[in-house]
Amino acid sequence: MKQLKAFIKKEFYHIFRDRLTTAILLLLPIMMLILVGYAITTEVRNTELAIFDPSKDAATLAIINKLESSGYFNVTRYLDSPDEIEHVFREGKTGLAVVFSERFYENLMHTGQAQVQLLADGADPNHAITVTNYATTIIASYQQELLKASVTGVPYQISPEVKLLYNPQMKGAYNFVPGVMGMILMLICAMMTSVSIAREKELGTMELLLVSPMKPIYIILSKVVPYFFLSIINLTTILLLSVYLLKVPIAGSLFWLIILALLFIFVSLALGLLISSMVEKQLVALLISGMALMMPVVFLSGMLFPVENMPWLLRMISEIIPAKWFIMGVRKIMIKGLSYPSITKELLVLGSMAVVLIAVSLKKFKIRLE
Amino acid sequence: MNPVTVKNISRKFGKLEALKEISFEANQGEIFGIIGPDGAGKTTLFRILTTLLLADTGEAAVDGFDIVRDYKQIRKRIGYMPGRFSLYQDLTVEENLSVFATVFETTVEKNYDLIKDIYQQIEPFKNRRAGALSGGMKQKLALCCALIHKPSVLFLDEPTTGVDPISRKDLWDMLIRLKKENITILVSTPYMDEAGLCDRIALIQEGRFLKIDTPAELTRKFDKILWAVQSNAMSKLLADLRNHEKVQTCFAFGETHHITMDDSSLTIIELQKYLSRLGHTDIEIRPIVASVEDCFMNLTAKESEK
Repeated sequence: MKQLKAFIKKEFYHIFRDRLTTAILLLLPIMMLILVGYAITTEVRNTELAIFDPSKDAATLAIINKLESSGYFNVTRYLDSPDEIEHVFREGKTGLAVVFSERFYENLMHTGQAQVQLLADGADPNHAITVTNYATTIIASYQQELLKASVTGVPYQISPEVKLLYNPQMKGAYNFVPGVMGMILMLICAMMTSVSIAREKELGTMELLLVSPMKPIYIILSKVVPYFFLSIINLTTILLLSVYLLKVPIAGSLFWLIILALLFIFVSLALGLLISSMVEKQLVALLISGMALMMPVVFLSGMLFPVENMPWLLRMISEIIPAKWFIMGVRKIMIKGLSYPSITKELLVLGSMAVVLIAVSLKKFKIRLE
Repeated sequence: MNPVTVKNISRKFGKLEALKEISFEANQGEIFGIIGPDGAGKTTLFRILTTLLLADTGEAAVDGFDIVRDYKQIRKRIGYMPGRFSLYQDLTVEENLSVFATVFETTVEKNYDLIKDIYQQIEPFKNRRAGALSGGMKQKLALCCALIHKPSVLFLDEPTTGVDPISRKDLWDMLIRLKKENITILVSTPYMDEAGLCDRIALIQEGRFLKIDTPAELTRKFDKILWAVQSNAMSKLLADLRNHEKVQTCFAFGETHHITMDDSSLTIIELQKYLSRLGHTDIEIRPIVASVEDCFMNLTAKESEK
């Protein structure tokens, strides 16, 4: 026990004396969360709007007014003819053009139908879809108002095509917080553990440790414990930031969220151990944990791209990625507000992964140099 | 039973035969030197005896324990100092020492007497990180760490490589003191001049022991005529000497070339005449007593003749 304690202390010395790495490890989650929370957001504000309005009646003016007051659009151009549309898009500033039909209000009142065309720059499809959705929703809301105001309640029934929550920024954070949690924890646990064991091999200190009564399990534990603590600090920062800064509430049970996270940390640490038992050099450990762990976490865990739409081979691979199960579980707890029984599957999968990985890496730990 | 007994140890790495049929015994409390150039197999032998590598064939025992079956017992009893500096560079001198004391389930205080002489030399720097020490101080610290649990057998793999002459002397003084504590020391070195400090030496070349003997016996048994030759053009001299039919071997030894001959049919005067005919001036030729290095070169030459 004394050996283990001294070794954990030694490991903390390594971590804290490498100030740059430690700073990166502790600040990385904060930076990533702020980035995905604010900078990388699907929200589009202040889109420049061009309008062709041959009618200039009560309805079109009301719609333009609504578009402008929403905060998403600034009306910068009034066009004299639809032919100018191509020209304004070529200038590159305009994000959306709204073209009303002639005698808009009249048509709406008498036939119950009126056409409005929304044109967006398809060169950036994400942006185009987002702004047209906003506009559609705003126009639909005007139609709702008209409907309410009408005495008969029958004539101009046009239901909105798209229903959008009026908070795309929040939606972005909702999607990203579980993903960032998965990525950070995987990064710190797997990468740092594997690199720190590979460093002992590379610098030759492992040779000295092997020629000593030190038990392999102590060597492994002394590597795991410090990074376990670092991960818990990171977990706390991530949760605090997402609740208080990004306003992503923890809808479900905090207790089960922590259990799930601890389990995931164990799996990641075990993965790091497994990698370190296979490599001799720090650089190789870094590359393997970077390429073989981070890439699948980013692309196959459902963090950025929905796994459901992928070819079956990629779907199969995603099944064995621990981060996928963790992110699924976190979404269930944090966002859907579910609790224990509904995350049983995730807990079981992660639990068995942890057991298998730890068993394999203990077995693979080399008691000699080769 | 002797603390180190080795029988017919062989080891291959792929096609390279790193060790071929090595056998020897080291006696209690002696300094056993393994002398040979880089790549001769010294490190492989040390790693096999310290249970870090497995031999392909042969068996060995350290402190009475089999190196394969009882590796755990051996690991408790031996001290090992690898050829490459292998301490924690970001820990201080003091921290390194205490970490290794704990690893061996002991404390610095318990065996301080054993390391005192050498530790005192690095104590002024005890709060300095090991990575910032000079080469000599690094090795002194590594020796302290290898000794902290009072091992019964000490394995030192090239402890003086990359160390300044004064620190080299300090280290050897320390080894000679440790001998008095009845610690058996196996030390490898590429420096032939250190051989004389060992009780017995084994000359190793290409994975094979050429000879095991005391340094005095080894040089006494040198059976050739040995001269040191000098002139104004040393590199030309090497070629000219090698071309002389009566000169058997000729090797560069620092400021002079050493030549060997089987019999005394060639006289110094004759050789002098031969060399001045070839344009050499300032020629100096004198008979010398063989050093360990001469023996080593002689044995290697014999080996290649076979």
